[in-house]
Amino acid sequence: MEFFIISMLNGLSYGLLLFMLSSGLTLIFSMMGVLNFAHASFYMLGAYVGYTISTFTGFWPALVLAPLVVGAMGALFERVCLRRVHKFGHVAELLITFGLAYVVLELVQLIWGRIALEFKPPESLRGPVFTLINHSTNGLSLLLGAVPPEMCSAADATIRVVCSPFPATRGFMMLVALVMLASVWLLLTHTRIGLVIQAALIHPDMVEALGHNVPRVFMMVFGAGTALAALAGVIGGSIFLTEPSMAATVGSVIFVVVVVGGMGSLSGAFLASLLIGVIQTFAVAFDYSLATLAQQTGLPLSAGVLNNTYIKLTLSQVAPILPYLFLVLILIFRPKGLLGKREG
Amino acid sequence: MTCAMKLVAATAAFVCAGAAFAQKGETVKMVRIDAQTGLLGPVGVSQLKGFQFFAEKFSGTGNPAGVKFEVTGIDNKLSPTESLNALKAAIDQGVRYIIQGNGSSVALALSDAVTKHNERNPGKEVIYLNDSAVDPDLTNSKCSYWHFRFDADTSMKMEAMSSFMKDQPDIKKVYILGQNYSHGVQVAKYAKETLARKRPDIQIVGEDLHPLAQTRDFAPYIAKIKASGADTVITGNWGSDLSLLVKAANEGGYTGKFFTYYAGVTGTPTALGTNGAGRVYQIAYNHYNMGGQMSKWMTEFKAKYNDDFYTGSTIRIFETLGAAMAKAKSTDPVKVAAALEGIKVTSFNGEVEIRKADHQLQQPLYMTVWDKASAKYPYSPENTGMTLVPLKEYPNYVSSTPTSCQMKRPA
Repeated sequence: MEFFIISMLNGLSYGLLLFMLSSGLTLIFSMMGVLNFAHASFYMLGAYVGYTISTFTGFWPALVLAPLVVGAMGALFERVCLRRVHKFGHVAELLITFGLAYVVLELVQLIWGRIALEFKPPESLRGPVFTLINHSTNGLSLLLGAVPPEMCSAADATIRVVCSPFPATRGFMMLVALVMLASVWLLLTHTRIGLVIQAALIHPDMVEALGHNVPRVFMMVFGAGTALAALAGVIGGSIFLTEPSMAATVGSVIFVVVVVGGMGSLSGAFLASLLIGVIQTFAVAFDYSLATLAQQTGLPLSAGVLNNTYIKLTLSQVAPILPYLFLVLILIFRPKGLLGKREG
Repeated sequence: MTCAMKLVAATAAFVCAGAAFAQKGETVKMVRIDAQTGLLGPVGVSQLKGFQFFAEKFSGTGNPAGVKFEVTGIDNKLSPTESLNALKAAIDQGVRYIIQGNGSSVALALSDAVTKHNERNPGKEVIYLNDSAVDPDLTNSKCSYWHFRFDADTSMKMEAMSSFMKDQPDIKKVYILGQNYSHGVQVAKYAKETLARKRPDIQIVGEDLHPLAQTRDFAPYIAKIKASGADTVITGNWGSDLSLLVKAANEGGYTGKFFTYYAGVTGTPTALGTNGAGRVYQIAYNHYNMGGQMSKWMTEFKAKYNDDFYTGSTIRIFETLGAAMAKAKSTDPVKVAAALEGIKVTSFNGEVEIRKADHQLQQPLYMTVWDKASAKYPYSPENTGMTLVPLKEYPNYVSSTPTSCQMKRPA
């Protein structure tokens, strides 16, 4: 049971990190129709800028400042580059963000070097947020914070006690993602700015005629989207690793999230990122292969077939490709995504 | 008369010496093809520094042949394809000595490419010096005359590791976790084989392979290992794959033992911190507290680069190469390769030998455990205050394993 709870929390926290990343991407897409290929690069920039700021001011100011800096960079990019190619259509926009991803990668390597940086979460986040204790006679209990080691071992050898601490970093990651989801949703649906943004999406000419500066609204949306990616970067970079391939590894997964959730749907992105996080985490846990499936269903297989490398592949080994398999299946059977609306 | 005799004798001696040391003063250009970028880049960068540091130490009077060693690096991004391009670039620059270590996947491709190159380009032969790739195939089914391995292969390390585990009665359930490429697969295979032979009562409760240098989050694996009830994990992981695994284990409250190959490699000591004390073991051909000249070198290396030196095979490469060049009286790879076969040198911990049958260096192995640095074992990697404390030394004959190599020697 504690295995299920801890795995579920691991999956959810990874999924929420994916959501922090993809929410910006889906926001930009739904508002501006621009599929931002450089989105993961802003995630990486967030981690690197956050690292540099944290060496001067510590982690907490960096958590606020880095997204602002990167958001400003994003807004500047929209103002200087994206707006100019906007009139040439979506292909030009796509290509310029595609190019930007490479430029950012090379710049990061020039400035910060090619190897991983030591970007650590602050002291206050290093311990566990709570500890699950599974006692073979007393059952499952939950204690906040760390527990003394003597509680995790029993004098009696027949009693099995397993302590599973849940790291505070992951708890913090989940908290930030949820706060972010709530505030973005409130901003879009319950404020004047949100109304203008939504209106600018459907009827830009009308909004402009009413005296709003629509290009500036787009610039702010782009900046806000990249700032959200940078916020995820500061958190992800400090918890996992800050190094130049961090953009490439999440870059493909967040596109899966956005497509599976439905292009431009914030709630879809939320659902899809949780799904993918949980699926990937639980897939690691299962050692089922086609061979075990055949055995359980009573299908007789020859020794030769059972020794086949592909038949022996376990679910945990194919875990890394599952999101992409999921992407293909969604595109075939539900092209608009889980919660997406059909265009037009 | 006596004066003239002396002069003649002196001239003769000088001529002889001149003839004997035709290679003296020559520069031996070497290229290390290895990862300098990416997740495993820090390991390759640190090792390249080691090669350059010792090239300087062993140049000139530092080796019996009196040659000058020069090492440069080419980044292969840990990819076999990039490595073959790098090999071609190195050969085009006139380099005849190639060094590589990280990634048996790369090593297998390089060994094959070097062998083919040498067959097709007589007179331009290249020697491949492998400092760290430990897939046993390289000196067995896929052995090559031009490949020389200075690390101990997985079959040797597992032989020593299982000999140690044999005397640890509290090990009952073992989990094997590895990187999903030739190295991780071989570690799992030999771990199961040697344990079945020496400790048949040990239960293998799980086995997993994860992608090489891509996994950032090991928490799911740790949850799985805990659920399996394993008291010990055997892993051949290295670089970030080991340090992130250990970090996740610390965060996830896993308290079992780790039997590793590379606990002392860049990044891992920091991840281990004080949490790993007494339960993270390493099997290797050297350790941090070898004493003597080695300790002086390590201190000097640390002062110069603010980095830790752990790839002792670097030293063995220069020692054997210098001896072989003196023996061959040449730096020509064809003659040096012949001289390297079966050569014996006295290294930092006694005599080592390149076995003629498969070009595998026969050397003692050490079982060490991660613990507090003390006056006796003072060297502390990455300023952790911890060190690898030697527990047991396994002389050459314990870890020596038979080979199935059918070496094809040039006619």
